[in-house]
Formats: sequence, structure tokens, C-alpha cells
Amino acid sequence: MAEQPVPDYPGSEYPGSDLPAAGPPGSDAPVVDTAAAVAPVGARLDLPEAGEWKRVSPKYVMVEIVGTVFFLLIVCAVAGTLWLLLDLVWAAWVGALIALITLISLALEPRRVRSIGYQLRADDLLFRRGIMYQRFVSVPYGRMQLVDITRGPVARLLGLADLKFVTAAATSGVAIPGLAEADADALRDRLVELAESRRAGL
Amino acid sequence: MTSLADGDWHRLHPASPLLRGGIFVFALLGFVIANLRERLVDLVFGIPRESGDPLDEIYERGAVGWALLAAAVILIVILIAFTLSWRMHTFRVSDESVEVRSGILFRSHRQARLDRIQGVNIVRPLIPRLFGAAKLEVSVAGQDANVQLAYLGSALADGLRRDLLQLASGARQPRPGPGDLAPETPPPAGDPALMPAGSPLAAQAGRRQALNDYASARVGEFLAPELDPDAAPPESVVRIPLLRLIGSIVFSGFTVFVAVAIVALVVSVIVGGSEWLLIAIFPGLIASVGYYISRFTKSLRYSIAGTRDGVRVGFGLLTTSNETLPPGRIHAIGVTQPLAWRPFGWWQISINKAGHSTNDGAAGQAATTVLPVGSLSDVAKVLELILPGFAIDEPRALIQRGLTSRGGDDGFANAPRRAAWLRPFSWRRTGYAVSAGAVLLRRGVLSRELVLVPLARLQSVGINQGPVRRRLRLASARLHTVAGPVSATLGVIDVGEAERLLETVTAGAVASADSDTSHHWSRQDIDSTPAPAAVTPAGPTAAEVTP
Repeated sequence: MAEQPVPDYPGSEYPGSDLPAAGPPGSDAPVVDTAAAVAPVGARLDLPEAGEWKRVSPKYVMVEIVGTVFFLLIVCAVAGTLWLLLDLVWAAWVGALIALITLISLALEPRRVRSIGYQLRADDLLFRRGIMYQRFVSVPYGRMQLVDITRGPVARLLGLADLKFVTAAATSGVAIPGLAEADADALRDRLVELAESRRAGL
Repeated sequence: MTSLADGDWHRLHPASPLLRGGIFVFALLGFVIANLRERLVDLVFGIPRESGDPLDEIYERGAVGWALLAAAVILIVILIAFTLSWRMHTFRVSDESVEVRSGILFRSHRQARLDRIQGVNIVRPLIPRLFGAAKLEVSVAGQDANVQLAYLGSALADGLRRDLLQLASGARQPRPGPGDLAPETPPPAGDPALMPAGSPLAAQAGRRQALNDYASARVGEFLAPELDPDAAPPESVVRIPLLRLIGSIVFSGFTVFVAVAIVALVVSVIVGGSEWLLIAIFPGLIASVGYYISRFTKSLRYSIAGTRDGVRVGFGLLTTSNETLPPGRIHAIGVTQPLAWRPFGWWQISINKAGHSTNDGAAGQAATTVLPVGSLSDVAKVLELILPGFAIDEPRALIQRGLTSRGGDDGFANAPRRAAWLRPFSWRRTGYAVSAGAVLLRRGVLSRELVLVPLARLQSVGINQGPVRRRLRLASARLHTVAGPVSATLGVIDVGEAERLLETVTAGAVASADSDTSHHWSRQDIDSTPAPAAVTPAGPTAAEVTP
């Protein structure tokens, strides 16, 4: 490839992100989370040579929180019904346990959203997410079958959209949530354009 | 070229509606016989009947006329429906696509591009096979996306398959080959499917002669080997001895399951007092006998051969299936050896492919297994057919090591010693290698497994790490391919190695997709090499791999 097709795609860098960008292996001195603190140096999955990660909108945390709160309310309602009406004491304990775990994960939500990142490289889309359970996926552009953009009710209020890059493999699972709507559209067009120029069959 | 692939609309075999409704017709027949069995017994053996049947009822009520009228109306309606359905069901094969129009009230028109063909399958279910008919199925990627031509005359189906594959291969001029030198077999007289829609039927003269020919042709087809001699080398590269086939089915995981069930049954009977276990397990045991028999008959008469247009895999004793996979349609290959097969040195090969044939029983068992059981040399021969670039010595040695090596420094990037926490037995053998346009994943020491993923077919690569693997400085990797029985995962891999794998495999996938021409697999032999190595039938070289 003659020129590096890094898209001029404004507004995708969110300066609020305090997650360290991928640097050389020795430089990850700032402790990101507890798991990295106890594990030996270099144990964390990372791509040192990869460039700058583009992050999703910090507003996406809101979408996640609303979803989690709804889940919490349903759990409480079910547990409460079972406990108060049917006199099942164990339901209260199970409900409390689930609520506790959900609350802890709620506290980690901003960090988890900050861990979602992607970058458009010369020939492939690189995607990452997760802190405790990390996942990196690389998809060559030519393998694209379609790009899906969906907007949930909360995300729509915040002007966000989710983008899904679909290949012939169901397990690829490249879904970038929480992009600003204009960014999602621009990214979709860019991806389609890139895929078109690197068309591969199935 | 048969006249079927000339770009005009053609009709199917005239008996198609009847054959498609085969099960229904037999159910109807069974219903009638069940109701009139005493009458039939009376008719044949002269034993007088005791009670009345529906016919007596009709006779006693004096409704014979009405009954006859009703029967006649039903017959006529069925006849008209069948004729209409036959007349409205047409297909067309052009240079670019294959199209089918069908339906009387709800018309459907389906068109499939030839360069998207994932496989061409010819299935001959038992009853249509007796009538000399075959079902031709063109599979393309996607759910329920197949183009079915059910049914065609047997010889016509073979001819049409050859034409379809030739058109799809991108070879524009007819190829000189043994098939074109041989004279075309004369089609069975009175087979209107051969004629363009609307033309008159064949002449009436010599009907008895034609009938005679028809009968002998049927017998000949029924007994003939599954591979048509003009399009494939006559010999299948692998033969499965009967004993090995029986052994492979007996020494399977399912047998362990059955044995446990039998032990549970015996114990429950001896201990006594728990009839429910007997009720729960016994029908399952009887069903398992059926499973064994179906596995057996499906794998019987297995054949695999390389043709110019890909690999042809044939199966089946009574219902036969014969699928052609053009080059580059195989997305992942899994070579496995269950523990019980180790003493015999048997292996099984299954594949992931994008197109799925709709009509294959036993939960798709036959459709994705290209080698039900075979020795190491059989594996080498089959891999040579289905894997591009396997003919070169270096990757062949690599595959050999991937199958049987215990691990160590043998060309594979293996997991480090600390992986023993997660893979206590197999960590030495768990590793990957990239060679000759394919990624090789090796794993398992009790049940050995080697997965090969052609880079040109790879969809994406993922690496994962959870808290446990992070403490051990490990990660897991997964190559994403289309869905199928083979899962290309690596449970443990060094962190740095995982990052390297992601980069190298992605780069390889991009590079090999650029040079991939398998959507028109023969277009390259017009200007350059005569035939790609992937589709050359196994020669004597295959024998050299035998350990």
C-alpha cells in the first residue's frame, strides 16, 4: 500500500481517557488495575507495535449504567417478590448477592468503557476491549460482509450509535459500541470503502 | 457440454413431483394398506374376514358411486397439480448463474452466481435412485441458500454437474479431456427434461427397445461406482476396509456412553426397585443400534478423488451422496485421533465449509467428514487433495510432526512450561506454525488434534486473556472461520507469542487473499500453469509420507 489509509476522522480521540496508550513493554509503569499489579511485568496482553487506539465516547458509560440499573431493579423485584410473597428466604440472599456483584461491576463500568478501543491499520481493523478479560481481534478489511449500525433508546438520547463489523465467521464479534452518530456513519463509510478496495471472496 | 447448460429454460424429470413427495406417497399407501389389511389377507390367502372395513361400510350404505367419484376427483386433482408443478418448475444455467423458477400459486425465482458456488452435491435417495433419478444441489454460502434441482435423470445430473463446474471455474473454452473424447451417452428415450421446454416428446417407435434399454441402464447405474469415469480419476485415493470401518464406529466416544448406560442398567436391575431407570435408558439403547447402523451405511462405499474442479467425496450404500468441493472452498481442516483409535493409528478428517447441503442425515455427519477413518498415509493422500500447497516437502513434514510429534523444537511455536498448570499433559504439544499458506494449530495429547486453516479463507484472528492466564503470562488464541465442526483455538500460548501470532497471521491472511484466485479456479491455467497443485490427483508421491 502506497499511502497509509488512516482516516481523517475527527472527534474520535477522547482526551478524558486516562488509560495509558500502548507503549513499549517496559513503559507500562502506571498501574492500570489490580490484576496487572500482581502479575509479573509483561504478563498483560498488549500490542506494543500497534499505534494510537481510538476510544469510544465517554458518554457510553451512561448507556451501560442505565442498562445495569434496569437489570438491578428487575433482580430486586423478582427477589423481593419471592421473599415477601412466597416467603422464600434464600431468594433474598441470592438477590442480594447478584445485586452486590452488579454494583461492583457498576463501579468498574467507566474503566471498562475506556478499555474499548479500535484502530484502522493499513490492511486490517484492530479491536480491543476488556480489562479483566482482555480480547484483541484483528480483521482484514477484505473479509467484511456487512457493517451494522444500531441505536438503542438510551444511546439515541445521548446521540450515540453502535457499529458492528460482520464477517462470514460468527465468532469474529467485532462490535464497537458508543460512537458518536456522525462518527459511526463516517467510520461505516470508511470501512466499506476500504473493504471495497481489498475485495476478497468468501 | 450437455444441452442443459445452454442458457435456455429446462424442465426437471417428469416424475419429480412424485419423487419429491416420496415419503408422503408411501405414508398414504401405508394408510390404505393398514385399513384394508384384512381384505388383502382374504384376497391373497383366502382367510375369511371377521369384521368390516371401510370398503364394506361404503358398500352397505350404497355410496359406491360417490366413493368412486371422490376417488376419481382426488386422482385428477393430484395429477393436475403434479403436471402443473412439473411444468412450472424450470431451471436455467447460463455463463454467470444458475436459476430456478418454481411454484404454482406462490412463484419463486432463485438465482445463484456461479463464481459463488461452494459445492455441487448429487444425492440419490434410495427410491429415486431405483427410478434412475438424482437430485443436484448447488450450495452457496448462507442459511438455506441452496439451489436444488430435484430430480434429474441420473446421467443428466452428472453431465450438468460437469458443465456447472466448468462454467464456474472460469475456463471459457471447452477443455480437452478424456470426458470430451468419449462419446456422449445417449439420453434415455422419452426423457423430456433433455428437450427445451415446450418441444414435443420423443418418438413412440421402438418403445419396447427403449424400455429394455431403460431397465438395463437402471441396473447399470445402480451397480456402478459412484464416481463417473469421465470427470474423475477412476480410483478413489483411499479405500476403507470393512473391518476398519466397523472398528472405528465401535471404538468411539459414543460406545463409551452406551457402555456406561448398559452398566447403569444392569446395576439398577440387580439392585432392583428402580424401574424408572429401565424405562429411561432402554429405548435409548435400542435407538443407539439404529445410530450404529446409520453411521455404518453412511460411511460405506466411501470414496474421495481429485478432479480438475476440486475434490469429490462420495458416501452411502442405499442413499448415495456425492459432493464436489471446488478448490478454496474449505475453510478449516481438522485431523483428529481419539484415544481409542491410537493403537490402530486411525485418524479422522472433518472440515468447515460455508455452503451446507440440506439433505444429509445423521446431523450433518457425512457432510463435514471427508475421511471417516484412515491411516496416516490415507490422511496424507486426502490432505494432498484438499489443502493447497501440501505437495511441497517442507509443509508435509511439518504436518507429519503436527500429527504425531510429542512436542519440543519441531517447527511449532509451543506453549512454555508454565502452561502445564492449565494443560498438564498436552502443553508440550500445544502450539502453532504458519507454512505454505496455512496456519497449523496442534493440541491434545490423549486425543490428538491438528487444525489447518488456509490463510486465504481466514476471517479474523482473536487473542484473549483472563486473570488466570495473566498470572501465568499466557493467553489464548482463536482463528475465526465459518461455522463448522472444526474450532481453531489454542488454549495456551505465551503472551509475546500470542501478539506475534496476531500480527503474522493477519499479515498472511491479507497477503494470501490478494493472490487468491479460487473464485474462478481455472482461469489461471489459461495463461499460466496447467493445473494448480491442489487439485492434482494423488500420485505416487503420496506414498512417501507413510511412516
